[in-house]
Amino acid sequence: MSNFDVSRRDLLRTLGSSMVLTASGVGVLSPALAQHVHQAVSDTKSMSGGADYQPKSLTPHEFATLRRLSDIIVPADDHSKGALDAGAAEYIDFMCSRSPELAQIFTGGLAWIDVDMKRKHDAAFLDAKPEQQTALLDVIAFKKNETPETAPGIHFFMWARNVVVDAYYTSPVGIADLGFMGNMVLSSFSVPQEAIDYAVKRSPLA
Amino acid sequence: MVQIQRSPQVHDVVVIGSGAGGGTAVKVLTDLGINVTLLEAGPMLNPQKDFKEHLLPHQVDHRGAGEHAEKYFGRQQWGFFEAPNGFWEVPGEPYTVAKDADFRWFRSRILGGRTNHYGRISLRFSDYDFKPYSFDGLGTDWPISYEDMAPYYDKAEEFIGVTGTKEGIRTAPDGVFLPPIAPRVHEILIQKASRKLGIPCIPSRMAMLTKSVHGRAACHYCGQCGRGCKTASAFSSSQAMIFPAMKTGKLTVITGAMARELLTDDAGKVRAVSYVDKATRTDKEIRCRAVVVAASACESARLLLNSKSTKFPNGIANSSAMVGRNLTDTVGYGLSGQIPALEGVPRHNSDGIGGMHVYMPWWELDKKNKDFPRGYHIEIGGGFGIPQIGSFHGEAARLEGYGASLKKDIRQNYGSYIGLSGRGDMIPNEHSFCEIDPQQVDQWGIPTLRFHFRWSEHEIKQAQHMRDTFQNIIQAMGGKVMGLNHPEREARGVSVGGTIIHEAGTVCMGSDPKKSVLNAYCQAHEVNNLFVCDAAPFLTNPDKNVTLTIVANAWRTSEHLAEEMRKGNV
Repeated sequence: MSNFDVSRRDLLRTLGSSMVLTASGVGVLSPALAQHVHQAVSDTKSMSGGADYQPKSLTPHEFATLRRLSDIIVPADDHSKGALDAGAAEYIDFMCSRSPELAQIFTGGLAWIDVDMKRKHDAAFLDAKPEQQTALLDVIAFKKNETPETAPGIHFFMWARNVVVDAYYTSPVGIADLGFMGNMVLSSFSVPQEAIDYAVKRSPLA
Repeated sequence: MVQIQRSPQVHDVVVIGSGAGGGTAVKVLTDLGINVTLLEAGPMLNPQKDFKEHLLPHQVDHRGAGEHAEKYFGRQQWGFFEAPNGFWEVPGEPYTVAKDADFRWFRSRILGGRTNHYGRISLRFSDYDFKPYSFDGLGTDWPISYEDMAPYYDKAEEFIGVTGTKEGIRTAPDGVFLPPIAPRVHEILIQKASRKLGIPCIPSRMAMLTKSVHGRAACHYCGQCGRGCKTASAFSSSQAMIFPAMKTGKLTVITGAMARELLTDDAGKVRAVSYVDKATRTDKEIRCRAVVVAASACESARLLLNSKSTKFPNGIANSSAMVGRNLTDTVGYGLSGQIPALEGVPRHNSDGIGGMHVYMPWWELDKKNKDFPRGYHIEIGGGFGIPQIGSFHGEAARLEGYGASLKKDIRQNYGSYIGLSGRGDMIPNEHSFCEIDPQQVDQWGIPTLRFHFRWSEHEIKQAQHMRDTFQNIIQAMGGKVMGLNHPEREARGVSVGGTIIHEAGTVCMGSDPKKSVLNAYCQAHEVNNLFVCDAAPFLTNPDKNVTLTIVANAWRTSEHLAEEMRKGNV
C-alpha cells in the first residue's frame, strides 16, 4: 500500500510538469493524463504485491534474494523510487512461472551468487554485508572481469540487469523516472519551443 | 479424396487477398456496383479487440514479453503490442531458400494484411521509376508512364489521406496532401545537419490523418500506429476500404480461405478459384467471371505457378516463363547515433504520428560519376519512445554496472538516440527469383516457394553510401555513431533480402507477351479475366515504399476491369 501512495505522488509530479508544458504549447491533455495516472496507480496495486506476495515460481529464499538484487541494480534515490517499488521481483517471478527457460536462468544464477558468496564470506548473498554484496556485483557487472570462474555470474548478471531494467522502466515509477508522457489522446500535436531551444543551443548547429 | 464443395452461383469478381491491393480492388469494384467475393487466408479483424494502441506495458502481466517470455528468446519479432499481422514463419506454411542465397519472407494472415501495421510512408514513384531503362539503361520500362498513374495517385492520396507539402523535387513527386505535422526536437537537429550537408529534409508523407477524411476521425497523436489504430486515423485497407464495402451489401468476405489454384475452362479462362477452408480442412470451389489476385507479390506468383493445366503446363498465364522472376526488395541499411545535445531535453510528449515527421528524399540524382545508379531516401527515428521490454537492453549492455549511476545515465540518455535508415532502389537481376520447390508442400498440400536472391554491386555500393552519409549526419549533429539499427540482419553491410518487406516484381507487366505476364492494366496477356494488383506487377522497386503505388495501380486496374465487364469483354 505504501508503494502505491509514493508512485501516485511521482505520477502527479509528472502530471504537474506536463501541465506546465501545456501552458507552453503542448495540446490539452489533462483529462487523458489524469485517466492515465489513475489507471497506472490502480495497476501498481495489483502489480507489486507488497509483503504478502506469494512467489509463483521461485522459493521464498530465491525471491528474497532477487528482491535484494533488484534493489541494488535500480535503487530508489532522491529523484525517484526503485525496482522494489516497481515490482521487479514480482514481475520476474511471474515470468519464470510462464517460462521454464527463464526460470532456469534465474534459479541457476541466484544459486551461483549464493555459492560464490558462501565461498568468499561463508554467507548466502542475502545474509552478506551490503559492501560484500556490491563487491560481488563490481565483478559480475562488467564484461572485462570475465574469467572461467566469473563467466557464469557475468552471464547471469546481464540477464538480471536486463530484466530488472525492463521491469523498472515499464512500471509507473519507472515511467515517472524517465518522464515519458506519451501514448495519450491529444487533440493536436506541437513541440515545446523550450525543448527545441535547449537542444539547438547545445548542438554544433546553433 | 473427399468431395469438393462447389458453389453453383457464379460470382462477379473474386478478389484473393485483402491488403493494400485487394482492399483497393474491393473498394473500387463495389463502388462501381460490382458484386465482389473476397478470400482472405487469415481470420477476420476486430480492431476493438485486436489493436492494443493505448495499453502501457504494466497493464499486462507479462508487460509485453509474451505469455511465455517469447520476447526474451527471440521468438517474437514484432512484440505483443503490435497489430496481429504476421511473421517470417507461418506454422504449417514453410518456404525454402536456395543454398547460396539469403532471403526471408514475411507473410500476413489477417483481414487487411500488412496494412494494419505498416509504416504508412506514402511516396509516389518518380517519372524515371516508370522508365528505368530509358533513364539509365538498367531494368525494363513499364508499359505505362508517370502521367498514366498520376490521376490514380491523386485518387489514392485523396482517399487514404497523406500528409505532406509541395516541394517540386523530381525524386519526390508532389501529391494531394493533408497538412504536415510539426517536426520533433531531434528532427529539427537532423534538418539543420542535412541543410549543412546539402541534403533536403522535408515534411514526411504519411498515411495518417492530420484532418478528418471520408468519415475517419483525425489522428489523436498517440504515436502507436504500428499497433493498429482503433479510430482508423492511420490507413488500413481493412478499416478504410473493406469494412465500409461490407456495409454496401456488395461484398462477401470469406476468411480462413487459402487459395490453392485457379481453375480454367477449355478456352483457358479462369472459371473458378479452388481454396482450402482452413477451419474444416475441406476444399471448396467458387465460380467467378473474373479474378483479381492480390495475395502479396510472392504469394501471387506461387498461386499462378501452382495453377497448372494442359494449356498452361508451367502455371496459368505463364508461357513467358516470367512468373516468379524479377524478385526485388528494398535496399536497407541503418545506423543509430547518440546525440549529446539531446541529453536532458525538457520532457514533453514527442509521439505525434507514428514514425517520422520529416524525411530526406534522394538528392544526387543528377550527380555525375556516382558508383551506383539511382538512389535511396532516408527515414528517421528518435524521441521519447514508450518504454517497453527491451527498450534499454542496448543501453544496459553499453553502460554496464548497476545502481544509481546506471539509473541516472539511462535517464540522461533517454531521448538522445536517433536512427537513420536508408531505403533504396534495387535493380532487378536474373539471380533473384522465386519458384516452386519441387519437393515440398505446406500443410494444405499446396506446393511451396523456393527463393533465390542476390544483391548486385549496385545495391552494395548504395548501402555503403548510406553508411557514409549517416556517419556524416550524426557527426554534424555532434553525435556518436552507436552501431547498426538491425545488427541481426544488416551485419553484412546491407539488409538480408526480404527483410524490408517490400517484395515486388514477380508477375511483371509489359507490352511484349513473350517477356511479361500482364498487360498495361495488369490483365494477364493470355487470360483476359485474370488480374494481378499487389506489387507483383512492378518492374521497378525504387526508393519509394511500394504501398501507395499498389493502391494507385490497383485502383487503375479495378476501374479497367469494371469497364471491361460493362462492355462484356470479361
